[in-house]
Amino acid sequence: MKHWTALAAAVGLLAAASVPAVAADISGAGATFPYPIYAKWADAYKKETGNGLNYQSIGSGGGIKQIKAKTVTFGASDAPLSGKELDSIGLAQFPMVMGGIVPVVHIDGIKPGELTLDGPTVAKIFLGDIKKWDDAAIKKLNPSAKLPSQAIAVVHRSDGSGTTYNFAYYLSDVSPAWKSKVGFSTSVQWPVGIGAKGNEGVANNVGQTKGSIGYVEYAYALQNKLTYTKMVNKAGKTVSPTSEAFQAAAANADWKSQPGYGVILANQPGEKSWPMTAATWILVYKKPVDQAATAEALKFFAWAYKNGGKMAESLDYVPMPQNVVADIENYWKSEIKGADGKPVFSAM
Amino acid sequence: MSSSRRRIVADVALQGGAVSVAEEVDRAKVLDRLRLGDTTFRWLTRLAAIAVLIILGGIIVSLVHGSWPALRTFGFSFLVTETWNPVTEKFGAVAPIYGTLVTSAIAMLIAVPVGLFIAIFLTELCPMWLRRPIGIAIELLAGIPSIIYGIWGLFVFAPFLQQYVQPFLIDLFGPVPVLSPLFEGPPYGIGIFTAGLILAIMVLPFVTSISRDVFDAVPPVLKEAAYGLGCTTWEVARYVVLPYTRVGVIGGVMLGLGRALGETMAVTFVIGNAHRVSASLLAPGTTISATIANEFTEAVGDLYTSSLIALGLILFVITFIVLAAARLMLMRLNARIGS
Repeated sequence: MKHWTALAAAVGLLAAASVPAVAADISGAGATFPYPIYAKWADAYKKETGNGLNYQSIGSGGGIKQIKAKTVTFGASDAPLSGKELDSIGLAQFPMVMGGIVPVVHIDGIKPGELTLDGPTVAKIFLGDIKKWDDAAIKKLNPSAKLPSQAIAVVHRSDGSGTTYNFAYYLSDVSPAWKSKVGFSTSVQWPVGIGAKGNEGVANNVGQTKGSIGYVEYAYALQNKLTYTKMVNKAGKTVSPTSEAFQAAAANADWKSQPGYGVILANQPGEKSWPMTAATWILVYKKPVDQAATAEALKFFAWAYKNGGKMAESLDYVPMPQNVVADIENYWKSEIKGADGKPVFSAM
Repeated sequence: MSSSRRRIVADVALQGGAVSVAEEVDRAKVLDRLRLGDTTFRWLTRLAAIAVLIILGGIIVSLVHGSWPALRTFGFSFLVTETWNPVTEKFGAVAPIYGTLVTSAIAMLIAVPVGLFIAIFLTELCPMWLRRPIGIAIELLAGIPSIIYGIWGLFVFAPFLQQYVQPFLIDLFGPVPVLSPLFEGPPYGIGIFTAGLILAIMVLPFVTSISRDVFDAVPPVLKEAAYGLGCTTWEVARYVVLPYTRVGVIGGVMLGLGRALGETMAVTFVIGNAHRVSASLLAPGTTISATIANEFTEAVGDLYTSSLIALGLILFVITFIVLAAARLMLMRLNARIGS
């Protein structure tokens, strides 16, 4: 009998504990690339307001599926949806934060930033047309570097990824051969190389395979002390991957040219622009069923635009420029409306 | 509880004619309760068994339903096309099927003989004090989570293979006419061959521990008789132990093969995840489960998702064929022994 009372008490306690203290956390799902910064923002936001964020980093594809199924308040994707897709589902889309993608190499005697590559050369390497590090095309870009006659081992992402989407988009933009043979998507049919899971998988493989080249988010290159390369940008200038270079690319972007701000930041004009800059997007319903939840989510995003810049920079992300943020908040006001036709949330 | 009840009934029965009317009623009640208990028990077991069928049926139905768009679009060509292009939405399953079968074959080629040798050593030759440590080591090997094998494979095993084993293999088989295409290309460290080796290590405990248990069950008198006739250890193992235990051994091998076919995480780490069919065992490839694990979260579009589910259906069919083949083999063996 004693056991039963104890058990009943325990069950009662469990039931009590599982009733959430705060009724509604903001719920979202999607891209893995911005997960670290979303988690950091959520933590700070909770301390300030008491409202939590429940973000599942299940991948962009998963985020789009979840928002379509209306199981979450917002979806997050590294690949923007087209205007047609947005309209057919009734979604609003806006960019949240940006980052840079960098090529990383592993060649004996070459230190970070010592090797320079350009778009067409990277495309030829990933197509398998350039097979050795002492190829004439690479030598021409690096006249002073000592390049070994070593086979190039290409490392790419094996999982579908917004990083791949942006990288492949850039290669399609600079190389007609890449565009016709491979194209761009969250995963593509790679002509050569080995696939590794996640940014960390690519970083590890490049780290331990001599003669390899891969592409990772900038933060992963720094954390793993990998040899990143410089790139020749659209203006023909050689640039290093730095926050300033990513910001320069974002500043030159014409955000309004695409519906839902779906501008890919690859190969942007400007002398200081890093050619492989990428943004990540948020998806919410224009006519949300649960207005209060969407309003809470937008409140969080407005807070993050306003207060999250420093935190983003500390994790090597790039915050959205102020003029773009102002425009996005206007877009919320005019597009995201409740059943009564009034804006769900107003930042001003 | 039930055992004390049963005793009461036995007492009642033994007392025979001396029982009073009140006790008669009691007896009927007790028997009724017993009957009810037994019926409930029978139905519980039946429900549990039916639940398996329902779950299995549900999985088959949802796999077929999910893969229908892909199967309708590509038809039979899904099974014979190597292309796996998410951009143009052209999908074919040849590369993952090939990778799944080849890595499992490599694993079984290594794990079955080694596992049987270990089991024979443990049961026939091993000194008593060494039996327990080796036995425990093998069981621990089975308890390691597959993700640990994956990480170990990527960080420790693959660099070792890349620096020492693969260059040696490439040099060794380079001049050999038929085998040289099998060991060609740059030594990546990861690839089909590495995945096969990792799988062999993972499958080894299944083959070994089951073989050891069934070898232990061979009646000593059989072995002693064979030794008495002057048989060597090899002859006893080959002609007495193995034939006596073949059903159990094949069961262990099939259990291992099942794990090798379906293993996901460890393989994903070390196979190289490239949708290509290469003659070389050192080249990167992919398996069905690795492809699904890699691509399902980011698969955008119905056809892409459906193609991945179709891969799952194919793996299901392959596993079914393997199990059916094992049954058939056992039936044949038994028939031959019987005749």
